[in-house]
Amino acid sequence: MTPTPPVAPSRRHRRRTPDAHSFPTRPYDLVKEFVIALVVVALLTAGLAAVFSSPDEKAISMRDWARAVPADVVATATGELAGTTTTAGYGPPYNDAATGQKLGPLPLQQWGGVRIPVDAAQDLVVTPLSLQSGPPSLGAALTVWSGASQARRTAWATAYGEALAKAADGNPSRVAAGDYGPVPVMAANFLTLARGGGLEGMLTPSGAFYGGDPTRGLLLLADGAYLEDQARARNLGGDQWGMMNETGNYPGQPWMWLYTFWYQIPPFSSSDNADALVWGLMMLLSAGLVLLPFIPGLRSIPRWIPVHRLIWREYYRGHPYSTPGVAPGLPQPRAASDVQLARERV
Amino acid sequence: MSVLGERVDPEASSNWTTGLRTRLQRTVPPGQILPDRQPVYVASWIYVFGVLSLAAFLVVLGSGGWLALGGVTWWHTSSVGHFVNSLHLWSVELFFAFMVIHLWGKFWMAAWRGKRALTWITGAVAFLASIGTAFTGYLSQSNFDSQWISTQAKDGLNAVGIGAWFNVLNTGQMLLWHVVLLPLAVGVLAVLHVVLVRRHGVVPPIDADVEEPT
Repeated sequence: MTPTPPVAPSRRHRRRTPDAHSFPTRPYDLVKEFVIALVVVALLTAGLAAVFSSPDEKAISMRDWARAVPADVVATATGELAGTTTTAGYGPPYNDAATGQKLGPLPLQQWGGVRIPVDAAQDLVVTPLSLQSGPPSLGAALTVWSGASQARRTAWATAYGEALAKAADGNPSRVAAGDYGPVPVMAANFLTLARGGGLEGMLTPSGAFYGGDPTRGLLLLADGAYLEDQARARNLGGDQWGMMNETGNYPGQPWMWLYTFWYQIPPFSSSDNADALVWGLMMLLSAGLVLLPFIPGLRSIPRWIPVHRLIWREYYRGHPYSTPGVAPGLPQPRAASDVQLARERV
Repeated sequence: MSVLGERVDPEASSNWTTGLRTRLQRTVPPGQILPDRQPVYVASWIYVFGVLSLAAFLVVLGSGGWLALGGVTWWHTSSVGHFVNSLHLWSVELFFAFMVIHLWGKFWMAAWRGKRALTWITGAVAFLASIGTAFTGYLSQSNFDSQWISTQAKDGLNAVGIGAWFNVLNTGQMLLWHVVLLPLAVGVLAVLHVVLVRRHGVVPPIDADVEEPT
């Protein structure tokens, strides 16, 4: 097909991209290219896998946590009872303790609703304790706890939490005497339960046998200091680009660099609404990427910065244009045929 | 009779199969689905990265399917399983590397020109869906990385209300998204993307654009 001759630029004009099928062609074997690509990628993948393997650091169990830093387990259980942990005061989707973050005036977190209800004290501590066959003192402590008012429970647990914070190494045996109600007994038995390795199963909402949803266990683990300490020791902290990295010297998720980047700089790094702001910004940027063809200015960047001269350099050798920035019109069939003939000779 | 004066077979016009065939032929004209010639300007290494992305996607699916055969915990306990997991990891890394180069290449070509905006959009959405797919893979590993990444990521999703429906702490939910829903979405988008490329052909060089009066 012979292309339409170029039209002289007018004062009011628009660009039109010619039909790809109107250009001269040359032989091209798509299937061969694909098969070669598949073989190359498969071999490259196998080589990388054989040389570098992949990370698989064992998950932290509640038993690991209890044996490594028992004081942290006791402090976390006490915090859940006092309502002072992250989960206890989180808000949606776990509870109504807070309204959550906002994106400008939009309370998106609140709009999501409490769809994964978690009562930190009851679900993460009291229920697991009540499911185990502990000593008589535990039964008595749970009876006192359940018979007390919410204000009384909070007062006991808060006082015990403050006393633990003042004790050397947070050691429960060094806590000053005080009115802590049943909390010390409950916290001590919680530590015993975690040490025994049975805590995970008691945190599964659908029952201990089939555990496909560790939401509660992960919330509890994240409420303690141990998980974050372990992550920071591996340079995975939130301010260490942790979201996109993984353990060991592996590339992780470098395609998430932009998302992680915002958390490293102000105002996001110091904002209480950082998560909502970063997500809002990333949704905006993602929409910009998807709708780039319709955004004036951005869609013209490839014309202003002529990287395309490098990409199509072979074509441009046969079709030089005289005035930069002014379209020269469609390719001339003779010159294009020259390229084709030259290729066929090769 | 049609408006063009052609005789219309009433049986054919009500035949769904005929209708679908006609629609498919209109979408990608005969000879364009697998052409053995390309325009002369298709002569750069940058064009290879599209097909490399597609090839890497197939290796990702293959290695992922192999992992699925062994089950969720197989790769933690078997050296073969661990190697298959390594294949899966590195094919994903290559997939993203090829896809990002392909994306940048198409950006500098302004490859959305000539009614190719939908081609760009399907490619960009496939890229974003791929990020989601890889992310749920990290959440499904059932190891320390999963614990840390999920407990960190929950706050972002919860802050915009998504976490109420898409619970990154629920490993079962994330695994099913990772092995069924998201790969299906990426696969469908990739097919649409390739069909659109074949329909419109490879975008011509920027300086081949013509200016015409409005």
